[in-house]
Order: sequence, then structure tokens, then C-alpha cells
Amino acid sequence: MSSDPVAAIHARGIGKRYRVTTTRDLHNTLRDQLSSVARRAFFAVRRPLASRAERGERGDAIWALRDVSFDVAPGETVGIIGSNGAGKSTLLKVISQVTAPTVGRAEVRGRIGSLLEVGAGFHSELSGRENVFLNGAVLGMKRGEIVRKFDEIVDFAGVERFIDTAVKFYSSGMYLRLAFSVAVHLEPDILIVDEVLAVGDHDFQRRCLARMSDLSTDLGRTVLVVSHDMRAIQRLCTRCMLLERGRIAAIGRTEDVVGEYLARGSGFSVADAWVDLTAVRRRGSGEARFVEAHYAQGGDPSGPLVTDGPAEFLVRIDASRPLRVSSLAVSLAPPGSGPLLNLEMAALGRELDLVEGRNVVRVGLEQLHLRPGLYEVGFWLGDAAHRAVDHIEAGFRLEIAEHGSLRGPRVELEVDGVVSGRYSVELLEPGGQDGMEAAKPRREQA
Amino acid sequence: MTADDAPAPPMAAAEPAEAGRAAADHDDSLPLTVIQPPRRWVPIDLGALWRYRELLYFLVWRDVKVRYKQTALGAAWAILQPFFTMVVFSVFFGRLARIPSDGAPYPVFSFTALVPWAFFANGLTQSANSIVANRDLITKVYFPRLAIPSATVLAGLVDFAIAFIVLLAMMAYYGITPTANVVWIVPLLLLALVTSLGVGLWLSAFNVRYRDVRHALPFIVQAWLFVTPIAYPSSLLSEPWRTLYGLNPMAGVVEGFRWALLGTDSAPPAMVMTSAAVAVVILVAGAFYFRSVEARFADVV
Repeated sequence: MSSDPVAAIHARGIGKRYRVTTTRDLHNTLRDQLSSVARRAFFAVRRPLASRAERGERGDAIWALRDVSFDVAPGETVGIIGSNGAGKSTLLKVISQVTAPTVGRAEVRGRIGSLLEVGAGFHSELSGRENVFLNGAVLGMKRGEIVRKFDEIVDFAGVERFIDTAVKFYSSGMYLRLAFSVAVHLEPDILIVDEVLAVGDHDFQRRCLARMSDLSTDLGRTVLVVSHDMRAIQRLCTRCMLLERGRIAAIGRTEDVVGEYLARGSGFSVADAWVDLTAVRRRGSGEARFVEAHYAQGGDPSGPLVTDGPAEFLVRIDASRPLRVSSLAVSLAPPGSGPLLNLEMAALGRELDLVEGRNVVRVGLEQLHLRPGLYEVGFWLGDAAHRAVDHIEAGFRLEIAEHGSLRGPRVELEVDGVVSGRYSVELLEPGGQDGMEAAKPRREQA
Repeated sequence: MTADDAPAPPMAAAEPAEAGRAAADHDDSLPLTVIQPPRRWVPIDLGALWRYRELLYFLVWRDVKVRYKQTALGAAWAILQPFFTMVVFSVFFGRLARIPSDGAPYPVFSFTALVPWAFFANGLTQSANSIVANRDLITKVYFPRLAIPSATVLAGLVDFAIAFIVLLAMMAYYGITPTANVVWIVPLLLLALVTSLGVGLWLSAFNVRYRDVRHALPFIVQAWLFVTPIAYPSSLLSEPWRTLYGLNPMAGVVEGFRWALLGTDSAPPAMVMTSAAVAVVILVAGAFYFRSVEARFADVV
């Protein structure tokens, strides 16, 4: 990155090791003792198929960060992306001094304000007003600063009427808005933000994002932000850093790094290629198992799935014996939420007789009414009693792209909805019925 | 829809003052923070504690505010706790066991000791649990960790003040007028604070890693109560044992309080000085120990 001698953040060779044993033989359970970060780091190393030898070699020390070096120029907004457990939050904790690195050195020029959790230090027994002051102080604001900004903070959160009520009586939305509001009114030289912008209703989120970009563009503050929301990252950040298992996997222009992340990280799979499913997390009797899957759109097989376009899924199923299945489904779900689309064979009143050994099943979809974005593909196979034979909640991820011919404004799921549809809008004659019959609907696609 | 065509939020237009400050901030006068692996021997950074004095103030204020929220009796607890102990002591030790009280009426004798004791014991108990109780804060925000146990102990001063007023009322009831020695209450209270914080630092840091502290704590406090001359006078001992008794810093505090308020001949200077020296050693050592382990709090708590 830049070699600016007066970088706002200048980090060299940062490494963070968590020891897992030190706490194991004590009276507490392991779970109690480890902070959530240590836990995430621990699983990050184990889950992605770390070989037994690799695990043995690592022993009980886990490197949550390894050899991380980067520079951030003053006034720059840099995003940190990566899958869960890649070390993003640990890096922010090190830079914001919450935890010390095991090796390496970083120099940070300017007052640091870190926002690793919304409402850190909020006390449920205190009123909104009291919590604004407490939280402001916790986040490093001076008392005078809080007094000066108080009205603005309350205004931004929209909780004027309840400002003297204990926050334990707040709805979770109000609570979050107030906490957010304090946080986004922080004006440190360097603001460190961890995944906190993804909460609140859409309008509020947008105001937070706008406020964040003001911080860097108008006020010249340096911002370091972690998010899983690639749209927010692309909107806010000029540069980006991709972390993978504690190391920097890519660093550079946001589009490039985000592209790289989507292409390689988090089990993302491209169209028209067989995806191996033998190693993913699953449950079921195992009499038959999904072993591979393949997806493509109708027209250009190697192109991505597009909104309102067709889709075709092929699955290879290995059965240990001839088996009659009455339920087979392919589902699409936004990461971290329930399926929006479930293509279930049972709904068609069909059954399948699987032969022993390999079977290939095709699931075709005429039109995919899902908005652009990343989706997790799940698979389900059930017997006549609807018991799970093989159930994969998230086999891989795919991207649904915008319809090629329509380069409209960027879609925002919270406003535009997740599901698309064909519809028309027309102005009817005051006469009513006649106009309705006469007018030829002009179709518009959204 | 993009963020750009969204209606500008109220604060989007930065006040000129802010913009000016932003420009001014970009010179070389910005504070430089160096982040590196913790060293084994870390000096106590009182400067950092001073820079964070506002946070310290707010933490004290929070503890005071929250302490008696949703209790029926509220701040009366600050009085009831030592008061009922005094009643029990007066009946069993004063009446039944006829324990001497250096010439003062036994209820005042014991209550004068119980007020600073309650300050010490509550401060100790709460500061020992403070780091664990504030784990949400510690794993999410940086600030000198010393602020947490310090704030907890300081918040106890409010309870002390309330109980102290009751003590004065009780002295008036028994017709005891304090002498000019009453000004010594301040350094003696400081001594209690130093002891409470010193031990609290040790225990709070231990507690992060060994939750045994939580179970041992009631026992520690109870045992300490009986090895401190609260129910009985230290004048039961002869020199040099009495001076050695001062190795328990609370002995110096409690007897000092009686001397300053009741005018009893209960606080030989040698004993109080011993107590003061021990308290300072506990605090300084506790602060160093605390500093050397605080870097790992966020990882372990």
C-alpha cells in the first residue's frame, strides 16, 4: 500500500497467537474462558479441513493473525473483508488496543475511536440521556463534546420522547439507534468500525453510511471498517484488504479485492462447474448423499445466474442401495437467513427411484425471481416419512447478477424487496373500466 | 437507489468549526500510539489514567447511579448494612460477652469501626468482581483497565458518606463531641481506600483467570472482619504485638477512626504507620501485577 511516512496507521508483521491450553485445566469450562474472538479463531483454523497433521503441528496455539503489514494514509477509508474467523475482528482489536499483538508493531497517529460493538458500555438501568454520556465517554469523547453534540445525537436516533426513560424499556430498534447514533457522532482521527452498520432499518442504515462517508470525505478522518456487506464496503472504501486465516490474501483497490474475495472465498462457486459436496456439513441417514452439484443459466452456460433468468441445477447423488425418495429440494437463501426459494419435488407430486450407485437429477427453474446478490444453495433429500436422508443447509454460494439488458440503479434489497416480479404500471383513464381494457400494458421490469 | 440520491441527513453539512478542526488535525502534532507485544515489566501509567479521568468520572457516576436501582430501600442499604451488624455486635459482644470498648459506649465503639469497614469490604468485593463484570467493555473498548477497579472503589465513597452521617448522629445521641483530631478522618479514609483498591487490584486480576476468587471472596472478607479490631479493641494486645497488629492495614484504619472521632486512646502511631506502609506496598505491588496482566484481560476474561 502507500509508503507515506506519516501514515495514519503503519503496521508491520502483526501476529496474534491465542493459547488454548492455558485455560483448559482450570475450573472454568473452555467455553467460558475464551473470548469470542479466540473461539472464532480456533474454529477458523479447524473447520476449513485442517489436516490432522496440521492441527497437531499447531498444537494448542492458534495464530489468529500472522504477519499482517499495511499502511493507511490519513483520510483514507480502508475495508477489511474475509470469511468468518479470518482474523478481521482480531486485527481491529489489536489496532484499537483492546488486545495486544503477540509479535509485530504498529504505529497509529491520531486519536483512535473504536466501535467494535454497538452500545458497548450501555447500562440497561440508566436512562437514554445518561447512557449517551456514559457511552460517549467510553468511546473516548470528552464531556464538552458530548454536551455539544447531545441534541444532534438524540435527533439522529429519533428517541427524543424517551430520552429520560431507562434503556431497558426501549425497543431493540430504539436501543440500537441510540447506540449507533452516539457511535457515528464520534469524531476521532481514526475510526475503527466492526460490522456495526448492518443493523437498524434501512433508512437508518443509509444515514449511518452517509455519516461514515462524511467522516472521511468532509472531515478527513481515517476509517478502518470490517463488514460482510460488500455493498457497504464498495460504497465506503477506496481500498480493501482481504484476510484469510489470519494472513493478508489480497490488498488493493476495493473492486479488485472484493472480486477476488467473491471468487475464492467462502465456498463461492461459479456457474457451469461441478462443485464437490462430499466435505460440507450435513445431516441425515446417509443412505443416499449429494456428492456433486452444478448450476448454470439457460442461455450462456458459463454466465452467472441472472434475476428473472432461467436456472438449472444438476445434482449427483450416490445411493448405498436402491431407494425411493419422495422429497428432493434445492433451496436458495441469503447467507445467514432462511431460504427464499425452495424447489421441492414433493410439491410437484413426484417421486424418484434412485438406483444403487450414482444418480443425476436435474432441477430446472423457468424464472429466477431473486434480486442480485450472494445466495447459499442448500440440498434436501427425504424419504416417504419425510425423514432427512441427506440435508445440506449450505452447500456452496452463488451470485445472482443483474439482468444483463437492464443496467438500472443499484438494487437495495431492503427497499426494493428480495423478490422480483413482472409487473406493469399505467395511468388509467378517469373513466375506469374502458381505459383498463383499452390500454395495452407497457411492461416494465424491475 | 443509491446513498447519493438519499436526502441528506441532518448532520451531513459539517459545521465550519469541525472542518477547521479536521484540517488542523492533520499536522504532525497528532498523538502517536505504538502498539507492540506486552512487556513483562510495565510501569504504572498514571498519565494515561489522568487522560482518561473523564471516563473514570463516568464510571464512578455509573456505579453510584446503578448501585441501588430497583431496590426498595435504595441508599438506605448503605446505612442498614453496618447498622444491623452493629446491633448484632452490641448484643452479643457488648452485652453478652462484655467485651471492653476502650471506655466508649459499645454501639458507638463498634459502629465507628463498621463504617470504614463497610467501605473497605464493599470496595474490595466489588472491585474484585469488577473486571469480570465489565467484560463487555473490556473486550470491546480500550482504556486504562485500572479505571475499572478504581471507579468501583471510589463509588463506595458515597455509601461511606451516608453511613458517616448516621455515625455522627449516633455520636450526638451518646453526647460524644469530636475533637480537632477529626481531620485525621481524611487520611485514614485514604488509607482504607488504598487498602481496598490494592487488594481489589490483586483479586480482580486473579479473578479474570481464576474464577475461584468469586468463591473465596466471602470467606476472605469474613475472616478479615474478625482479624480486624471491630468487635473488640486492639488494646487487648500489649506491645510489641499491637504494632505488629498494624500489619493488617484495616487495624490501623479502624483504630484510627475511633481515636479521631471518639477520642479513645486506641491508635498508637507505630501501629497506624505500620498499617500505612503495608497498604502502600499492597497497592503498588497490586498495580504492577495488574499492569503486567492487563494486556491479556481481553483474551481471557
